[in-house]
Amino acid sequence: MTIAPASILPLRLDGVCYDAGGKRLVDGVSLAFAAGPRTLILGPNGAGKSLLLRLAHGLLAPTAGLVLWQGPDARNAGRHQAMVFQRPVMLRRSAAANIDYALRLRGVPRDSRRPRVEEALERAGLERFAGTPARALSIGEQQRLALARAWATLPQVLFLDEPTASLDPAATWAVEGIIDAIHRAGTKIVMTTHDLAQARRLADDIVFLNHGRVVEQGTAERFFASPRTPEAAAFIAGTLRW
Amino acid sequence: MHDIAAAFATSFGLILTLDQGLVEIVLRSLQVSLLAVGAAAIVGLPLGAAVALLRFPGRRAVAILLSSLMGLPPVVVGLIVYLLLSRAGPLGVLGLLFTPSAMVAAQFVLVTPIVAALARQVVEDLWAEYEEQLRSLGAGPRRAIATLLWDGRFSLMTALLAGFGRASAEVGAVMIVGGNIDHVTRVMTTAIALETSKGDLALALGLGLILIALSLLVNGAAFVVRDLARSGA
Ligand SMILES: Nc1ncnc2c1ncn2[C@@H]1O[C@H](COP(=O)(O)OP(=O)(O)OP(=O)(O)O)[C@@H](O)[C@H]1O
Ligand SMILES: [Mg+2]
Repeated sequence: MTIAPASILPLRLDGVCYDAGGKRLVDGVSLAFAAGPRTLILGPNGAGKSLLLRLAHGLLAPTAGLVLWQGPDARNAGRHQAMVFQRPVMLRRSAAANIDYALRLRGVPRDSRRPRVEEALERAGLERFAGTPARALSIGEQQRLALARAWATLPQVLFLDEPTASLDPAATWAVEGIIDAIHRAGTKIVMTTHDLAQARRLADDIVFLNHGRVVEQGTAERFFASPRTPEAAAFIAGTLRW
Repeated sequence: MHDIAAAFATSFGLILTLDQGLVEIVLRSLQVSLLAVGAAAIVGLPLGAAVALLRFPGRRAVAILLSSLMGLPPVVVGLIVYLLLSRAGPLGVLGLLFTPSAMVAAQFVLVTPIVAALARQVVEDLWAEYEEQLRSLGAGPRRAIATLLWDGRFSLMTALLAGFGRASAEVGAVMIVGGNIDHVTRVMTTAIALETSKGDLALALGLGLILIALSLLVNGAAFVVRDLARSGA
């Protein structure tokens, strides 16, 4: 059996700001992400959810503030996290080769890649598309493949940017099932959504973002039962204006 | 009128009987142009990718330069390579002037900017799409370049075909550095130019027909490649 590697978590954001086009788009965000509970970042369109995920994942450098991995294995933070983007990015190769590619970049030897690719495809219900060019798949299938690809690398933290935004209910259900399985397998899920129902289904913790600021954070139970701010209450009631 | 009809008949005869002189010239043409395009691919593809991906001062200037070099007049390239290779030139000691190698060199100079400029465009577009995903997966610069070249392979193949089309059709550069020496440096285009002026229309026409067929083939291949690219393979 493999020994569980040392964790890169917790992750702390400390006063993180991000400016572009002369505007402050992410404004003084301080948050802590611990291993375990699923954190959902909730907020309306343009709140800064995608930017925040990119900052946390290291794709964007904050204008001010710090992104700190504080676990014992923080040094290797890069190789123990993965992200699935709002619009899936598929390499111009088969579904299986897309997953194989990710494993190769993580230094997984050829012999062990094959079974892991097959397993990942199977978990996402995509076995019969193994040889299909990834970009010929439907958006829903591509989204599942993106999840399978991220999962195959066995990340400790998985950032998901609205993974179901453009999917129909059946595909949404399938993707949520995969996310749930990844969570149960021990990966920390950090996911954005503007879908309240989805947040109720999946969230353990909620971060509510509006205009680039963290308006509220806490357990999902508390957030939905008794929001502390008028903005959060309005968002839950569906009457938030901007 | 009668002469032309006769010339056509003879030229078909040359092609159908695989006339030795004709075949020799065709093979040499293919050899020179394929070698030139091969070398241009080795230099031009990574160069184009580098200009697309690396951030260095003057990058835009290099990109513009590459694009403008795409239209270099072959005779000028021929002249420059001639000067470089001539006895008194800096590379004169190599003794390459009026050899097929000199022709490969000239076509290489002609084709490399085409390959590099098209490759830059392809890689830049692909990078815009892939950048975040590749960085997220942990790809370093070298891996990223290899991935972009591989995933852009069909579009890049089109660039190589464009380069081959240009190389095999040009006459100015190979004429100057090759000299159209029979059995040594005579290729299709130089033979056509020379034989026409000498009045041997049959050989010129025969080669012309083959050149046209080749050009159709190259363009057809480009279409096939483009379809493959669209199929998302
Ligand atoms: N490079 C940029 N330059 C200028 N403005 C930007 C840039 N990137 C993002 N923005 C703006 O920042 C704001 C937040 O963007 P972000 O994509 O994070 O929103 P979001 O919460 O993910 O929204 P959605 O739910 O629509 O995905 C938006 O108003 C967007 O227009
Ligand atoms: Mg977004």
